[in-house]
Amino acid sequence: MIDGPPDSGLSSTEALSAFLRRRTEQIAQRWADLPLFQAVFTVTRDEAVEACQAVLSCLVEVAESGRLEDLEAPGFLPARRQLVAMTASRSRSGLSIAQVDREFGVLRDAVLDMLAADSSGAAPEESARLRLLLVTLFGTLRVVVVETMLQENQEIVQRQRQQLLEMATPVVKLWDRLVAVPLIGMLDSARSQVVMENLLEAIVEHNADIAILDITGVPTVDSLVAQHLMKTVASARLMGAECVISGIRPAIAQTMVQLGLDLGHVTTRATLADALEWALERRRRRERDSRIPE
Amino acid sequence: MTTHSSIPVLDLGGLLLVTIQGELPDDAAVALQEEVTETISRTGARGLIIDIGSLEMVDSFLARVLAEVAAASRLLAARAVLVGMRPAVAITLVELGLTLPGLATARTLTEAAAGFGVSIEHAGSRGQGET
Amino acid sequence: MIPERERVELVHLPIREDTDLTVIRHQVRSLARLAGFGLVQQTKLVTAASELARNTLLHGGGGEAEIRVLDGPDGPGLRVVFTDSGPGIPDVERALQDGFSTANGLGMGLGGSKRLVQEFRIENPPEGGARVTIASWSASFPARYGV
Repeated sequence: MIDGPPDSGLSSTEALSAFLRRRTEQIAQRWADLPLFQAVFTVTRDEAVEACQAVLSCLVEVAESGRLEDLEAPGFLPARRQLVAMTASRSRSGLSIAQVDREFGVLRDAVLDMLAADSSGAAPEESARLRLLLVTLFGTLRVVVVETMLQENQEIVQRQRQQLLEMATPVVKLWDRLVAVPLIGMLDSARSQVVMENLLEAIVEHNADIAILDITGVPTVDSLVAQHLMKTVASARLMGAECVISGIRPAIAQTMVQLGLDLGHVTTRATLADALEWALERRRRRERDSRIPE
Repeated sequence: MTTHSSIPVLDLGGLLLVTIQGELPDDAAVALQEEVTETISRTGARGLIIDIGSLEMVDSFLARVLAEVAAASRLLAARAVLVGMRPAVAITLVELGLTLPGLATARTLTEAAAGFGVSIEHAGSRGQGET
Repeated sequence: MIPERERVELVHLPIREDTDLTVIRHQVRSLARLAGFGLVQQTKLVTAASELARNTLLHGGGGEAEIRVLDGPDGPGLRVVFTDSGPGIPDVERALQDGFSTANGLGMGLGGSKRLVQEFRIENPPEGGARVTIASWSASFPARYGV
């Protein structure tokens, strides 16, 4: 393609998109050698060039739409998928959001250099306007990149929370048909819900007739969590298992009393060991009873 | 006048066993209630085991029927035990505010029968409540 | 964010007799399962639907249930609307109290159902009767509980 005079007679955004379109191949070649693309696309250089072209075609679309400052511009949508893959790869290499942002900033400089070379013969105000538009466009791209990364991080945090929830509530089989959950750390509404479901599932799985809910490692509970504990006990009973709560700290006992929660028909023991002893004694008595027909 | 519940009430020698399977429409539940109390008074059974291990849902209507069966059994000098309730059903009932305090429960059929001094090694008595 | 398209699926079911409740329970269960609801959440929604369908039958003299599959920005969910042409629910607040006796049951029908779902609305539409709306979303846990 022959480099013509800088797109005179066009509106500024049209001139910008025309410039980007005309220079796509050269820009892509320059970008492909930058650390950002080199680090992400390690297999072949062609791959990097292709990715550069994809990002550029998105930028061209945004420029054409004239919505240079609009994060929601449709042109950015296809770019996001590409950006997610790239930023995720950079994050995995240990780069912070700021470092990745800086790498994307360098993309702009390569394009600005080319624009300067292109518009050497153009009116200074015209080239200044193009420069400004280009800076704006790349500024928006950087915001999109940062936004994409934050969103990704949020999803990771959400996933890890869920994993943590499940890991943090192990149900252990203490004895034949006797299960226990030793709870450690803060209990919130979501976690106590997971605890409840896990414990009840374990009762089914092990055919347990007794379950111990040990809260020695729980510093405090709020009213919602206390209610969850009571609901767990009530649900277990409906399923045919007795649930004993052990290790209620004085502070928690106080909270429960202040909340007006009636622990009257909930069996409680001071320690996990006491609860286990109670469970085994109960089991012995029940077996003795059932041996003597009524 | 009474519709038949189509749910068999098994008499294991003084111990009645009712296994509710699948869906239980309201009128069938009411019919079952009548049938069970009638059978208790006729046979003089001292125990009643209701196995709901295959029920995927118990709403307040069925909960009331179960509670009433237990109360009526008590009047007829028989003890009722509810067996095999699934976790999701239990959580839902408790959330509804229906903890059924008057109803005895057991995890398995074997365990419930043992409570009456009857020993059964029933193939289906272990691992109930599977989906 | 790419805006999610609002896919809407509608099922209308009559509530004329006892056996209709069974059909509604089945429909709600299978649609909730399809929407990715967990077992506990399915059971809660089905139970609430069963309570309200019975309420429609016994107090509203019959009516219909409208089940709508939701696929909006909150993720997949299910909304069920029960309408009848009965006397309506004059004292909504009282009707929601535990122990307020409905014709059959333990008086836990309306108030209890409210605790089983995430959205619960009772209305007495100008054209008469009662309209009760419930909805739940499958992604409600744990996000909605604000871990």
